[in-house]
Amino acid sequence: MRPAPGEPAAPRALRRLRQFFRECWRDRMSYLFLAPFMLAFSCFILIPVFMAALLSVTSFNGFAFPKFIGVNNFIALLTQDIIFMKYTLPNTFKFAIIVGPGGYILSFIFAWLIHQLPKGLRDYFTLALYAPSMAGGVALSVIWIAAFSGDRVGYLNNILLKFGMIESPQLWLQDPKYLMTIMIVVTLWSSMGVGFLAMLGGLQTVNTELYEAGRIDGIKNRLQEVYYITVPSMKPQMLFSAVMAIVGTLKAGSISTQLTGLQITPGYSGHLMTNHIDDYAFLRYEWGYASAVSVVLLLISFLIMRFCYRLFAVKEGE
Amino acid sequence: MGNLASERIGTTVEALPYPKRLTGRLRRLRKQVSWFQVTLIVFLTGIGLFMLLPIIFLFNNAFKPLNELFLFPPTIWVKAPTMRNFERLFLHSAAGVVPFTRYLFNSVIVVALTLVSVILASTMAGYVLAKHRFHFKTLVMSLIMISLMFAPETVSIPRYIIVSGLGMTNTYFAHILPFIASPVAVFLMKQFIDQVPDALIEAAKLDGAGDMFIFTRIIIPLIAPAVATISIITFQAVYLDIEGSSLYTQKETMKTLAYYVSSLTANLQNSVAGQSIAAACALLMFIPNLVMFLLFQRKMIQTMLHSGVK
Repeated sequence: MRPAPGEPAAPRALRRLRQFFRECWRDRMSYLFLAPFMLAFSCFILIPVFMAALLSVTSFNGFAFPKFIGVNNFIALLTQDIIFMKYTLPNTFKFAIIVGPGGYILSFIFAWLIHQLPKGLRDYFTLALYAPSMAGGVALSVIWIAAFSGDRVGYLNNILLKFGMIESPQLWLQDPKYLMTIMIVVTLWSSMGVGFLAMLGGLQTVNTELYEAGRIDGIKNRLQEVYYITVPSMKPQMLFSAVMAIVGTLKAGSISTQLTGLQITPGYSGHLMTNHIDDYAFLRYEWGYASAVSVVLLLISFLIMRFCYRLFAVKEGE
Repeated sequence: MGNLASERIGTTVEALPYPKRLTGRLRRLRKQVSWFQVTLIVFLTGIGLFMLLPIIFLFNNAFKPLNELFLFPPTIWVKAPTMRNFERLFLHSAAGVVPFTRYLFNSVIVVALTLVSVILASTMAGYVLAKHRFHFKTLVMSLIMISLMFAPETVSIPRYIIVSGLGMTNTYFAHILPFIASPVAVFLMKQFIDQVPDALIEAAKLDGAGDMFIFTRIIIPLIAPAVATISIITFQAVYLDIEGSSLYTQKETMKTLAYYVSSLTANLQNSVAGQSIAAACALLMFIPNLVMFLLFQRKMIQTMLHSGVK
């Protein structure tokens, strides 16, 4: 609105601000619709993240008021926390590198194979592969504890004994040598989750005329088809499922507790970042320090995600 | 689909000697499926069975009598199925301070309320984010994108402080509200509503329809697949969640089935008597998820067509 002639013009900034509020008021319906989600979102995700950042620079035991200690928590984490450096970090990296990309590639391979089947059959195979990811913690522990049970009644021990691969029953879950491998196997088994379904969906969006065109352009086999046509056409879904895979991998940690029944795994052999946070938060009540660890975890996941966006970003004109 | 490649593979496979009856049957099948697909079906069936083996075991285990659970050599198939494990589960908890039904009731209430509120909140937010233009839209979208990237469990300490600060400990709110902040649900919903044609909404607006009308009469009927998907995802998360019960509630009467069951299966490694109850519990926790997925499988894939991040 232009000021009436004769009236002094309001300062520009003020006019802008007024305009801004008017537009906000005009869009009030939008904000109203958004409100329920945003309220919950700020309460349980946004503010906690900021609070974690704040708490990470304090010493806080949950009772007394947090005491500001600067970056001491992070310094301690990097220099004094032997368990973190010696077990948590290598374990997390090993676990994440195998389970993350491994599970991701496996879900793509299986999604692609299922997509090659006639339509009527697809549902059964989808169900078979998706079912493990529906088994929650309890089902996981019941199944796998029975399979890896330490006496000769355990399924794995029984099979290996029968074929003469081992002399005596192994304590699979209590032995630091094996625990990590078992965790990786179990997580891979249950890793065909939402990301897998997203890839199945993505495969259906690929324009089939592109394959014809590709053949004319000299694509010889299916591998080339996948590399030059399928993957580029479903980049958006690939990215979404990468996001899901990374979140799933970094938050896995309860798996070791479910398998061994112990908060701290034998010899820290299955100790991941989330276990470290739980250890300091709910066993030792050093909440400031635990927050510092979770901030590090957040940073790591953010960086990995930036990398994935680089990898899968849809370029202009694609 | 892929005729060239499949035919090439087909010729190599055909050269192999097969029993006559099998080739006859396969030749009939050949009319519908290519050789490549036949090999694939065999391979995938193998993989599928391998993936399902533990699940099959889960089903059988729940109906095994106690002597079969500890049989040597261990078996997978149940010989004399019995409902005894489920009876024991109910009896075990009936003798406790809090009856089994109370946990079940809590779980049903929490799951139902959470589903309704998550669907409502995420549809509303998704509609606005997909079809409206307003000042903070890019900000909200980027916040959601960033929060997709980490598991909220990592900030469980501040969450606990907030829950207790809001005075929600020992109430159903502590179980329900944290789940409403589900960036995945809003994201999927937004992506799905994006593909509702703008022309439809424009036309309704020209006819004088308000936001409420557009939302309830146009958007809601069109987004059934996305609602189904979000229900499945939320259901899985809520029904299996134990964080709410273990961190936010101290009263035993306010805890959910998942927590109760996980407390029964804790230290399963060393307990002999608990095995039968645990087997029944595990099946109990798995079945509802399975049923949900079976009901909505197709819809879920349909939603995922639009799940891309651009």
